[in-house]
Amino acid sequence: MPRTDTTTLDLTADVVIVGGGPAGTWAALAATAAGADVVLLDKGYCGASGPTASGGTGVWYVAPEPDAREKAMASREGLGGYLADRRWMARVLDQTYENMNRLATEARYPFPIVDGQPFKRGVQGPEYMRRMRAWVKRSGARVLDHSPVLELLVDPSGAVAGVAGYRRQHDTGYRVRAGAVVLASGGCAFLSKALGCDVDTGDGALYAAEAGAELSGMEFSNSYAIAPAFTSVTKTAYYNFATFFHADGTPLAGAASQGGRSVIAGELLRNGTVLCQIDQADPEQQRQMREGQPNFFLTFDRLGINPFTDKFPVTLLLEGTVRGTGGIRVVTDDCATTVPGLYAAGDAATRELICGGFTGGGSHNSAWAMSSGTWAGQGAARFATGLGPARHRRRLAATGGAGLRPTRAVRRGNAERYTGWSDAEQVLREQVHPYDKNYLRHGERLTPALAELDAAWRQLRAETAATGAAAVRIRQTAAMVAHARWMYTSALARTESRGMARRQDHPRLDPAQRHRISVGGLDSLWTRPEPEPAEAGQRLTAVAS
Amino acid sequence: MIEIVSASRCVTCDVCIAVCPTNVFDRGADGVPVIARQGDCQTCFMCEAHCPADALFVAPLTHPAPPGSPLTDEQHVTETGLLGSYRKEIGWGRGRKPGARVAIGPQLGRARVTPPATPPAETTSTPAPLKT
Ligand SMILES: Cc1cc2nc3c(=O)[nH]c(=O)nc-3n(C[C@H](O)[C@H](O)[C@H](O)COP(=O)(O)OP(=O)(O)OC[C@H]3O[C@@H](n4cnc5c(N)ncnc54)[C@H](O)[C@@H]3O)c2cc1C
Ligand code: SF4
Ligand code: SF4
Repeated sequence: MPRTDTTTLDLTADVVIVGGGPAGTWAALAATAAGADVVLLDKGYCGASGPTASGGTGVWYVAPEPDAREKAMASREGLGGYLADRRWMARVLDQTYENMNRLATEARYPFPIVDGQPFKRGVQGPEYMRRMRAWVKRSGARVLDHSPVLELLVDPSGAVAGVAGYRRQHDTGYRVRAGAVVLASGGCAFLSKALGCDVDTGDGALYAAEAGAELSGMEFSNSYAIAPAFTSVTKTAYYNFATFFHADGTPLAGAASQGGRSVIAGELLRNGTVLCQIDQADPEQQRQMREGQPNFFLTFDRLGINPFTDKFPVTLLLEGTVRGTGGIRVVTDDCATTVPGLYAAGDAATRELICGGFTGGGSHNSAWAMSSGTWAGQGAARFATGLGPARHRRRLAATGGAGLRPTRAVRRGNAERYTGWSDAEQVLREQVHPYDKNYLRHGERLTPALAELDAAWRQLRAETAATGAAAVRIRQTAAMVAHARWMYTSALARTESRGMARRQDHPRLDPAQRHRISVGGLDSLWTRPEPEPAEAGQRLTAVAS
Repeated sequence: MIEIVSASRCVTCDVCIAVCPTNVFDRGADGVPVIARQGDCQTCFMCEAHCPADALFVAPLTHPAPPGSPLTDEQHVTETGLLGSYRKEIGWGRGRKPGARVAIGPQLGRARVTPPATPPAETTSTPAPLKT
């Protein structure tokens, strides 16, 4: 493996956090609280970057009363195809409860008061994330914005020992030596322009795989969200009050925000237009919606549409693994991956543990982000401390492949002019975004799509060597292509319909496939049914009794 | 996408250059930010929320507004109250009440499923075209 170049900025930390969304900021707080020296790096800006910052989230906040908790856990087990784990659900409910209460007391988040009590089942995005940034800075963590991580660095044993990246507003490279790394870089929404999601290109999953980590649940990656046509606001909750129509204004029977979104996709494929009117909300509910989510109305107000009385065209934007479920596989209670020194949190990690094969966001993701972030931060701090002073004396080797270190010789001059990423981005647009390939899935369409993606990967892997700003773009493209290949490989391996992974050629649930699917590899991919931990069945009964 | 930087309102604080998650702005020679990479704009409205001078306007479209669109006209968005409206709604800025204090929203029940047409067909209003 090649040694890394010397770079302008050379930092040292106990724990490096990649990404400053909810998962990364809670990880930073937990790691500093454990005494670690923390550097948090964000591709964009910690506090404004990612879908939580721009969108806001409902939160799976449930009081610790046995009945309420039982109901919360049971509510989505079926939707998720019974792949979730009650022990993890209970842990997340406990941790989320604690974190939300701390958000009120320590970050002074201004929760609404309902019946004399703070209402903690949701957060407004800009307010939540600006407070998280301020809190992280107060904790003593160093925050570097506009500093996308480009790859992981490992020590001779293969343990993760740092990161390398690029400061795009300074046009310099950087390197951070560290005892442990937390990947909190979000999911992958394939640059669809879904609200706040273009920073989420699956970078963490690529870096993890390059260091030898595995993924899980990647077949549950086909989340599409409703937005008014040609706009970005993919906030779907209020479409619960909507009626959908054909282009001629007749009702589109069976269409719904939940449980009828595929009808919308089908009509968009056939005829290109679906109209919508939020006509089921009474005036009081309409008023509550405006207060609840002002950003939902930005599109309408600025385009002169009254969503309650006008019919407006809608589209479905790909949110991939952001509101899907798959991600890096975690193997311990503190969200360690299979690679020593590497931890994963939030949407970068699989959320199957608490929602099985279905999330759609819907409160679970935000709860997972803050809980897994907390555990990963604690775990990484413990791991780094355990290494002792030797942690900063290790020889570092770079792990980045596609886009950085081609397998075939590339003349420098060629690399500068290289435009292969736009070819690959075109392949992504044609093979991943279309509803008939990724959403309404069929083996006969998945297989050729995967072949195209494999070809795009081979080219990226063999021939590209970018530096600086170009490296950021090419690594994003490589991450998206890798992501799509894991998605389709897992989707083909699941020959049934479970959770959000539905197959037109295998429309039924197959009880024999009630297991998670691990996936991995870069040049050649593999899948494997994940063995249920032996004690899982016992745990289930223990929690339920 | 971001369409307007009001040179007359901007106080050259660089906040938008810092907070934009996709690094759309560069600092102009006069200190007023320029929209350097509009194609990278993800239409997230964060720059608007953070601008202390209500100097930015994000059109709610995922493509550039067509030439002559009112959404690129500073006078239009000022007169219609759209400039600075997001910041006002989330209650940011001196003397305002944080919008988070009232962000509750209606009870969400099960999603409505569109029923089949009931004969005789209801009269339907004509669809509103997207004004760009
Ligand atoms: C419109 C919308 C509404 C949603 N509503 C809900 C809801 O109501 N309830 C719910 O539970 N969930 C909801 N979700 C999902 C929720 O937003 C996510 O689960 C949550 O944001 C995940 O947090 P995260 O910290 O893991 O990732 P993100 O919030 O995506 O943050 C990732 C961060 O990593 C940074 N990053 C990415 N790549 C790199 C890199 N290479 N180097 C450095 N930094 C990098 C990004 O800039 C970003 O700041 C919604 C999602 C969307 C899109
Ligand atoms: S945030 Fe507003 S005032 Fe500050 S530089 Fe940007 S446009 Fe100007
Ligand atoms: S809307 Fe978002 S992406 Fe676009 S310029 Fe503003 S902050 Fe940047």
